[in-house]
Amino acid sequence: MRVALFVTCLVDAVRPEIGLSVVKLLEASGCEVVVPESQTCCGQPAYNSGDSAAARVLAEKVLREFDSFDYVVIPSGSCGGQIKVHYLELFRDHPDLKSRAERLAGRMFELTDFLVNVLKISSVPSEFAGHITYHDSCCGLRELGVKRQPRALLDLLPGVRITEMSGCEQCCGFGGTFSIKFGDISGAIVDEKCRNVNATGADAVVLGDLGCMLNIEGRLRRTGDMRTRVLHIAQVLAGDA
Amino acid sequence: MRTQSMHFKARAGQKLADARLQNNLKKLSEKFVTARAAAITEISDFEGTRSAAVERRNRALEQLDLWLETFERNARARGAHVLYAGTHEEATRLIVDIAKKHNVRKVTKSKSMVSEEVQLNTALSAAGVQPIETDLGEYILQINDNEPPSHIIAPVIHKDKEEISALFARAHATERKTEITQLTREAREVLRGHFLSADMGVTGANFLIAETGSVAIVTNEGNEGMCTIMPPKVHVVLTGIEKVLPTLEDLATLMRLLPRSATGQPISNYLSILTGPRRDDEPDGPEHMYYVLVDAGRTGLLGSEFQEMLRCIRCGACMNHCPVYQKIGGHAYGWVYPGPMGSVLTPSYVGLENALDLPHAATLCGQCSVVCPVKIPLPDLLRKLREKQWERHLRPWYERVAVGVWAFAATRPAIYALGARVAARALNWMGGSAGRIRHLPLGGGWTATRDFPAPSGRTFRDLYRERRSGQRAA
Repeated sequence: MRVALFVTCLVDAVRPEIGLSVVKLLEASGCEVVVPESQTCCGQPAYNSGDSAAARVLAEKVLREFDSFDYVVIPSGSCGGQIKVHYLELFRDHPDLKSRAERLAGRMFELTDFLVNVLKISSVPSEFAGHITYHDSCCGLRELGVKRQPRALLDLLPGVRITEMSGCEQCCGFGGTFSIKFGDISGAIVDEKCRNVNATGADAVVLGDLGCMLNIEGRLRRTGDMRTRVLHIAQVLAGDA
Repeated sequence: MRTQSMHFKARAGQKLADARLQNNLKKLSEKFVTARAAAITEISDFEGTRSAAVERRNRALEQLDLWLETFERNARARGAHVLYAGTHEEATRLIVDIAKKHNVRKVTKSKSMVSEEVQLNTALSAAGVQPIETDLGEYILQINDNEPPSHIIAPVIHKDKEEISALFARAHATERKTEITQLTREAREVLRGHFLSADMGVTGANFLIAETGSVAIVTNEGNEGMCTIMPPKVHVVLTGIEKVLPTLEDLATLMRLLPRSATGQPISNYLSILTGPRRDDEPDGPEHMYYVLVDAGRTGLLGSEFQEMLRCIRCGACMNHCPVYQKIGGHAYGWVYPGPMGSVLTPSYVGLENALDLPHAATLCGQCSVVCPVKIPLPDLLRKLREKQWERHLRPWYERVAVGVWAFAATRPAIYALGARVAARALNWMGGSAGRIRHLPLGGGWTATRDFPAPSGRTFRDLYRERRSGQRAA
């Protein structure tokens, strides 16, 4: 099975090790992983800024790069939502591109969704153990229906104990450029998220999106919490945490 | 209400620094969010009911002119007058004229956000007519120097019992009360006199029913009945033209959703369906009944990509569940309607250029559209407003430059790879041994409240290429 990896721009530039963990996970499950070299970004920053023309140019580029694979896997609910849901809206007046976007949407999966619902894996190359809590990222949860999948995967690790935090489905306050434009509101929202994380007593908060990851980790460290780890689920499942 | 939406950022900042407000806003998630979550499990097919409500609201809006005509015909047949107001000023002028015609000196009001929109109280006072708010929350705000509401169904959510207790003692010149029951009794005693001496009652409308020419009004305090059925000679219903429903059947469907979405109640304490003035064989009711139906921007949304916004039934669920509203409350938004629905309505009604921040003041987390009883795609509508701002060059120049530079690079993979490599290195260096950046150039909004975790230093594409060539060599 030829699987293309859409790395995402944040994984590429900020946490490349997560991308390597994803490759490891997919290869361990027998996939032939291909990483198209010309990929950059899904276009969400332009789309959410209101520049739909720029977003469309990037969306067309993604269609060209990922058209020819059996499956495309993406370690982010946010970028996944952009491609699987919002490309259809971007191309609403371009029937040809829209049908290509629909085809891609049918073959593209968020990482945990792919592992659970396509590969149906029953083991992972990891012996991670510890007390964790899981943060549901907004787009993964509400646009792609990612809720049960990460928990099912974490259940494959006998040493993992999950304590659900209060408001695990509440936004962390990232919101892309919102976190810079309205830094103080964003900071107040993530502060509540961090308090909910801390209240579980977990050693790590695990999640599936880089935006939430940087936001939560940044706030935890700023408030002096050096202990709570912030981990992408790929790192945990690949045994790289 | 004067528009302050241009000052969203500064106002939000003040609200974040207000410890008392922050504490009071916790009621939103503690009360409304929890109550709604429980209430929606009580009906067997909540999602199906939502879909049915969408269809029924869409049916009303798709032929709004037809249903308004039907409503008007049936309301007139039952003796009510139906008047239309194109603007806020027209609406207040019509109501002031009605008051003058019937020699009205005092008006009791049941809760109406459209009356906030048109600034009815200001207009009535200027014409020498005394308006008295009778919804407890609205009454509290009125005696606090006409403070605007901060929520569409819980107007005084931003205040706590102690503030209200002090306000009552001051405004009523009474001893300070500590119990809520004592406070409500005191308000009731004051309001009773007004109910008995008012000449006219003004209410909003939750819905207008076309097939019967009726208005449906939801309250929990029963004050609406005191405004319309008791002494007043005149009842004026002030509402927006979009509130019409074709049939009572439609009302039944929407009433399954409205109280549950709003307060988590299976049904509100009171639901009145009023049809025309008192008839000869009826014991009570007003002598005259008027409808003032306001456009003020609504027809501009009809047939546009924002038409879905007109489905709104004003339950407040979107703001109750909004992470941004939960942190700043309603006043920060600067006009009548706050939260996600307000961030769509305000730019639509007062002008995109007068509410620049509102479409951006959202994380687009999507929770508002999940809880909306009529499935308004609020995040999509906010994004469409952002597109309009972009097309009209209303955003600051530096945002256009930033997106332009980024898009230039993102469409040129070689340049992008180089940029990512340089940025990853530089930011990694800035993070030092702790791996955290405390001051990010051009990202001060971020680093004012949190660190920026420093990048690992290499890009994925570089690491992956090395790994591949290593594998090939081995």
